[in-house]
Amino acid sequence: MTEITTEKARIGAPSAQPFINGFTEEGESLSPINSTESKAPLAGASAKSHSHGGGVGIPDSSRAGRLTSYNLADFKPLTGMEEDWRFTPLKRLRGLHTDALTGTAPEVLVTAPLGVLVETVDRNDNRIGSAAIPEDRVSANAWENFTEATVITVPAEAQVADEISVLITGQGTEASAQHIVIEAKKFSKAVVVLDHQGTAVVSQNVEILVGDGADLTVISLQEWHDDSVHASSQQAKLGRDAKFKHIVVSLGGDLVRMTPSARFTATGAEVELLGLYFADAGQHLEQRLFVDHSVANCKSNVLYKGALQGKNAHTVWVGDVLIRKEAEGTDTYEANRNLVLTDGARADSVPNLEIETGLIEGAGHASATGRFDDEHLFYLMARGISEEVARRLVVRGFLNEIIQKIKVPALEERLTAAVERELAATNN
Amino acid sequence: MSTLEIKDLHVSIDTEQGTKEILKGVSLTIKTGETHAIMGPNGSGKSTLASTIAGHPRYNVTGGTITLDGEDVLAMSVDERARAGLFLAMQYPVEVPGVSMTNFLRTAKTAIDGEAPSLRHWTKDVKAAMAQLRIDADFTQRNVNEGFSGGEKKRVEILQLELFKPRFAILDETDSGLDVDALKVVSEGVNRAHAEGNMGTLLITHYTRILRYIKPDFVHVFVDGQVVEEGGPELADRLEEEGYDRYAKGAGAASIAAAAAAAQA
Ligand SMILES: Nc1ncnc2c1ncn2[C@@H]1O[C@H](COP(=O)(O)OP(=O)(O)OP(=O)(O)O)[C@@H](O)[C@H]1O
Ligand SMILES: [Mg+2]
Repeated sequence: MTEITTEKARIGAPSAQPFINGFTEEGESLSPINSTESKAPLAGASAKSHSHGGGVGIPDSSRAGRLTSYNLADFKPLTGMEEDWRFTPLKRLRGLHTDALTGTAPEVLVTAPLGVLVETVDRNDNRIGSAAIPEDRVSANAWENFTEATVITVPAEAQVADEISVLITGQGTEASAQHIVIEAKKFSKAVVVLDHQGTAVVSQNVEILVGDGADLTVISLQEWHDDSVHASSQQAKLGRDAKFKHIVVSLGGDLVRMTPSARFTATGAEVELLGLYFADAGQHLEQRLFVDHSVANCKSNVLYKGALQGKNAHTVWVGDVLIRKEAEGTDTYEANRNLVLTDGARADSVPNLEIETGLIEGAGHASATGRFDDEHLFYLMARGISEEVARRLVVRGFLNEIIQKIKVPALEERLTAAVERELAATNN
Repeated sequence: MSTLEIKDLHVSIDTEQGTKEILKGVSLTIKTGETHAIMGPNGSGKSTLASTIAGHPRYNVTGGTITLDGEDVLAMSVDERARAGLFLAMQYPVEVPGVSMTNFLRTAKTAIDGEAPSLRHWTKDVKAAMAQLRIDADFTQRNVNEGFSGGEKKRVEILQLELFKPRFAILDETDSGLDVDALKVVSEGVNRAHAEGNMGTLLITHYTRILRYIKPDFVHVFVDGQVVEEGGPELADRLEEEGYDRYAKGAGAASIAAAAAAAQA
């Protein structure tokens, strides 16, 4: 197994952004000026963990060894001690991990340009299970309980200019299950927006198939009401030379846990996983992603950025990237950056890069959590800028990097406005 | 014409070892059009004075006053002071993540003037000012001070001075860390701002070098939190030759004045 340092790896990762100064790689740092006794260190520092590969003798810690199954019974009840649940407050899952998910599933309303096929099918449809197998108990619980699924198909070679809008509206707080399949057939091109609104307690499986040479963007936007709980496994399977861009935007909800993954089935494919989250007081926003490089010559690039403000705002980012022995020529880079705006908020960030072959183009990872501190604030205010505007300026700039990559103008505007609202909402 | 008046200023900070008094009664009056140089050894409290005027929260004013045309500066928040016309070019400008220079400059200008600058003129002004200070045009795209070299940070401070047009500029060791060429460029910037005739300058420095380019009207020698000697530009020349050694730390202003008098006799 080859150990590749982040520095070296960054050379092979042209998409790497320069680091925010005053932030360090591999964890959080405080402004040196601000590290006097009165300032509490960022929570999360102690929870930082970090690994290159599973290491000999602990096969469990390798992502390759994770249990996957369509049967709920195969997954043990959760205790909270599991590696993949250790940050999640199970009590706030509202039964998604324990109860039969019989509540009314969020309503799905698809607005699609002509040519895109939208179907509602029952659970025996043969496309179900074509891209995903549950990787955890909550996902398996949804699989066990969903009654019908929405299947969206972009036909081969169709170039769909306007985005396919999937409005998903919560129907209340009874624990429910949902299933969606998105298939972009070969050489097609489309953008799908999963737009989550209202109040829901839902475990969701989204299967995504990106055919040979297809170019698909999926944006999952969580603007739930404050009382919502949402667990979403969004698994993508990519064909030869396929391009897949996945963007998570989590803003609303009491607990949102997104677990996107990408798997390659043939060479030449590229995946970009992006994320933006903004946690307010009391919110738990978790994202755990997995990129499985199991074939040669594929690329992946991951960038998640999060802002936190308010008491007990908690974000979790875990990035598992596995480069298997046969995945020669892989080029991958993953990064997570968090900006903590107030005391009492906590950002956990854990990049896991496992490399089983040395014959790769590049592999790197970075994690940085910085805080908007008194010195930043002083500098901006000393130029006449009010505290409120200063804060806004910093957050907007920080999150814009992701918003700009969405490339759907209407959505960019909407997200910019949503971020502004987040900033205005909590007057911490 | 405006006056910035500092009277018997006492400032302390909280440290792990307890409260530490840093400024021990500083009085200073600066008027529009004047340039005052404050010179003193490391740790004498020069930056403390500058930061206190700007309103840095770490410094506690335990006595004395700061007024701007009679208005109580100490009662103003940091941003209010800037909008009232005070500008601090910092010794160690802070890197601000996520905020581009373009965005920052426009936001600050808007805040200080109370209205957004006309976009066309503003872009032109910024470009011209940058060119004069030999700052690369691509700096506008970069985040505030992020990854700038020490010298670049200082130029960008002076860029702001020229764009924001304050009534009083406090330059905290703007000269340190600059090579001769950069020093000239930066000094020209300060002189241009000064030449407009509406600015008073408090130039804090360690070395007399910059005083060849920026001519002070008054020189104040700062030792151990106090002004121990004051004079005209000729005092700077003497400091150049003799250094600060004769102002032994701990010696009160009175004894130094006496020593100076004795030396002249
Ligand atoms: N946060 C702090 N904790 C402890 N001591 C401090 C702190 N800030 C300033 N001081 C002390 O206050 C005194 C004055 O510092 P100040 O930075 O004002 O000096 P200065 O004259 O600007 O020095 P220099 O020429 O090195 O810039 C010094 O003794 C310094 O060590
Ligand atoms: Mg200093």
